[in-house]
Amino acid sequence: MNKSYLKNAIASTALIGSLSLAAVTQAAETIKVGVLHSLSGTMAISETTLKDTVLMMIEEQNKKGGILGKKLEPVVVDPASNWPLFAEKTRELLSKDKVDVIFGCWTSVSRKSVLPVIEELNGLMFYPVQYEGEESSKNVFYTGAAPNQQAIPAVDYLMNDLGVKRWVLAGTDYVYPRTTNKILEAYLKSKGVADKDIMINYTPFGHSDWQGIVSDIKKFGSAGKQTAVVSTINGDANVPFYKELGNQGVSAEDIPVVAFSVGEEELSGLDTKPLVGHLAAWNYFQSVESDANTAFIKQWKTFIKDPKRVTNDPMEATYIGFNMWVKAVEKAGTTKVDAVEQAMIGIKSPNLTGGMAVMNKNHHLSKPVLIGEIQDDGQLEVVWETDGLVAGDAWSDFLPGSKDIIADWTKPTRCGNFNVKTSKCSGQNF
Amino acid sequence: MLLKTPPRNVGLHSVFALVGMLLFSAISPSALAENGYKDSDVDQLAKLLSDLPSANFKNAAILINKSEGFVKEAAKPELDEVLSGLFDAYLEGKLYFNKSTKQLLILEETDGKLSLKDPFNSALLGEANKKEIKKIRVNNRLRKTLRKSIARLTLFHPDQEVRLSAVDQLMQKLSDENVSLLKEAQESEKSRPVREKIDIALALFALSHTEAAVRKQAVTALAGNMEPAVKAKLDAMLSVNEQGEYLEPSKAVRTAAQSSLSRIDSKRSIYGFFETVFFGLSLGSVLLLVAIGLSITFGVMGVINMAHGELIMLGAYTTYVLQSLMPNHIGLAVLLSIPAAFVVSGLVGVAIERGVIQFLKGRPLETLLATFGISLILQQAVRTIFSPLNRQVITPDWMSGALQINPVLSLTYNRLYVILFSLIVFTLLLLIMKRTVLGLYVRAVSQNRDMAKAMGIRSEWVDAMTFGLGSGVAGLAGVALSQLTNVGPNLGQAYIIDSFMVVVFGGVGNLWGTLVGGLSLGVANKFLEPAMGAVLAKIIVLVALILFIQKRPSGLFPQKGRSVE
Repeated sequence: MNKSYLKNAIASTALIGSLSLAAVTQAAETIKVGVLHSLSGTMAISETTLKDTVLMMIEEQNKKGGILGKKLEPVVVDPASNWPLFAEKTRELLSKDKVDVIFGCWTSVSRKSVLPVIEELNGLMFYPVQYEGEESSKNVFYTGAAPNQQAIPAVDYLMNDLGVKRWVLAGTDYVYPRTTNKILEAYLKSKGVADKDIMINYTPFGHSDWQGIVSDIKKFGSAGKQTAVVSTINGDANVPFYKELGNQGVSAEDIPVVAFSVGEEELSGLDTKPLVGHLAAWNYFQSVESDANTAFIKQWKTFIKDPKRVTNDPMEATYIGFNMWVKAVEKAGTTKVDAVEQAMIGIKSPNLTGGMAVMNKNHHLSKPVLIGEIQDDGQLEVVWETDGLVAGDAWSDFLPGSKDIIADWTKPTRCGNFNVKTSKCSGQNF
Repeated sequence: MLLKTPPRNVGLHSVFALVGMLLFSAISPSALAENGYKDSDVDQLAKLLSDLPSANFKNAAILINKSEGFVKEAAKPELDEVLSGLFDAYLEGKLYFNKSTKQLLILEETDGKLSLKDPFNSALLGEANKKEIKKIRVNNRLRKTLRKSIARLTLFHPDQEVRLSAVDQLMQKLSDENVSLLKEAQESEKSRPVREKIDIALALFALSHTEAAVRKQAVTALAGNMEPAVKAKLDAMLSVNEQGEYLEPSKAVRTAAQSSLSRIDSKRSIYGFFETVFFGLSLGSVLLLVAIGLSITFGVMGVINMAHGELIMLGAYTTYVLQSLMPNHIGLAVLLSIPAAFVVSGLVGVAIERGVIQFLKGRPLETLLATFGISLILQQAVRTIFSPLNRQVITPDWMSGALQINPVLSLTYNRLYVILFSLIVFTLLLLIMKRTVLGLYVRAVSQNRDMAKAMGIRSEWVDAMTFGLGSGVAGLAGVALSQLTNVGPNLGQAYIIDSFMVVVFGGVGNLWGTLVGGLSLGVANKFLEPAMGAVLAKIIVLVALILFIQKRPSGLFPQKGRSVE
């Protein structure tokens, strides 16, 4: 055997080897990331942004070399704002595409529809939107705000800083506003607010004729006590609501409205004139100045190729969730759901507003809470923030049914619905 | 010389003032300072406020109070106006500062051009470079402080309206300082409405007087007054504290307060009734607008057009497109979009009729499905072209705000315009159907197609025109809706059910039925709403409607005669 032959042989084997290796990496050695956000239908308006955020994070992670030496591969599906379809698409992602993780859902009803499937097939999902709480699933991590991270601090701010004595709880008629308002009502009463000083009002989805309700609020607010509206009015219906407030001469100084569903993205689609001075409570505002935030905004605008696009709170929640998942996979050394789930607890990842978010035992985050005033350029200016981090509470302390219940996914409890009085796990996991 | 100079000065002064008024009618006060008014007081004021750019909200409030105190001390009306002008700009977010020189500036927009003005001597500083200037931020608490300051500064303003709103503001917080100012104004005030308002404010203050006789007199003076503050105060006097004692110790005053309050309450309930009727009519007029196009396509032609909502949406998007084409003439764009939306939606309607519906004549189920498909296509097309996000349609200034009839009753302008608009559209449509050749043809074809054909009417052309007319009217509804609600791809879906409801209720094929049906559904809804909430009110109206249709299947105004079959 002469030398050159040997050389050739080695070279060709190496070539074949690397080729087949490459083929293998292409076929199996990727980590699949499912993206379950509506790209059509009514929720497309909000959810498309989150799909793009996940794709941007994946692209960036791949530039860094992926995770555990493997590239990430997005699998995007469209549940089309159709709640039962969310369950079907989850099944498809987990059984057919065999994704390792899912980022998805916006509305609570879509999350509730996904839960049985993801628990049955033992998947892993990150849910990035503020919600009503009263839930903790082994298979879901909640990176948006629980009521005590948004609604309760906002009420505290109104009560202590603005001296609000009379309360209007206005919401769209579905599960999130109803539960949040139940919690808020119990909380206000625990603070000594009388029944006659609380007005609760529900309206259908997409309500556009607010004349009567705004007129009622005006009357309610003219009783000589400082009044505020706590609004859980959903998305679209907000525009005519604020317009009517402006037209009937209710200004933010007289009756401020604090909203939990109005963010930068929603504001970018509307005439902000009647909204200026009203409030919003979130864990993130685009206007917060920090290096991480500046970099994130720049990256987003480059990725989406539109300098006018804005960032918002659910995007930050997606960002934190994604980074935490990357860290957890690296810590666990695998993408297996059970290992990653345990590795997630205690993981820290930077917030865009500065500081660190921490994943707690109940699968909820500890984050700061900010209150912002709406400006005429559609941005929100921070007027108040909590001193430190607020730990997300899965089960509200202000509801009779859930006062004694905690969620703790570490050993030995390992339960999402654990009654500390009876020391029993309900067995129902969500 | 001595005699000559002052008149010249006055002449120049008034010319300047006039020009100033014309150019900046919003900030006319500063016009007085225009004429090189270089008093050291102004300089001192400027110096006092020079810290404003770097102040936080708390310090800014202190600066506002300080400068107001300074101006009070100086006791020069010109200075009052300079400061109130500056505060006005501050309040409206038009107060900026130069990033490098920290000089305060007022940003003004005329015909889409941004120009800068010195707040202290009103000197024009040319076009604004957005990069060099930064806005002075304002929050709610500062806005409150500013409003009160402006009220105190403008209580003696020459304009009656300004004085009225100043008294309104001061009435909300009757501190000793505000009360003594109001007393001062009471003596010099010449205009009746302003003096009456001041009297109310002072009577309100007298309600907290230590002597019962004074309180009683004030209570009697306030009888039947509808200011919310009066009712709130009287309510408070009659309430009981934790020890079970009335907050108003004297029984005689309480009795007087009770009778004053009942007069107020009965007046309020009358106006409350009018308000609800207005709300109902305005909801009804929206229903009328969205349904009236359908009452032509569905009612007269018998075509179930599920894409009707999307034709409305196209009208709304036309308004958006026109506004983005002419960003400096928002109001004009809205007016122009009325004919434009009619044409756009009308043409799309004709295309739908020619392209799809004419082939499905006499097959209602297929028509329904096909038009439903078209509605999805149109929605997705809009999503692709304009993005799935809602689009921003700006309400022109003349459509914002409300017509204040009294403190309890106010009618919002946008709703008033929509009521008016829907009635005009209805009348025009009625005239077209009853008085024009097209109307005659349409009625002929809808009553007996074969006979009409035999008379030489081109029934296909009439079909296309009728459908185009109905669709164009849907576009008009879109223009009106763009001023009331969101402009987004789902706009139409929200109204399609309502419009079918109105047409069926009013009686298919009858324009008057649509009018009565729309308005009465609106009023019924608004009368139910306060009692049972918006969700339940809607359900009850729907159930009542179903029962009504069971009883009278052809609606309020059924078509009579042979043409029914």
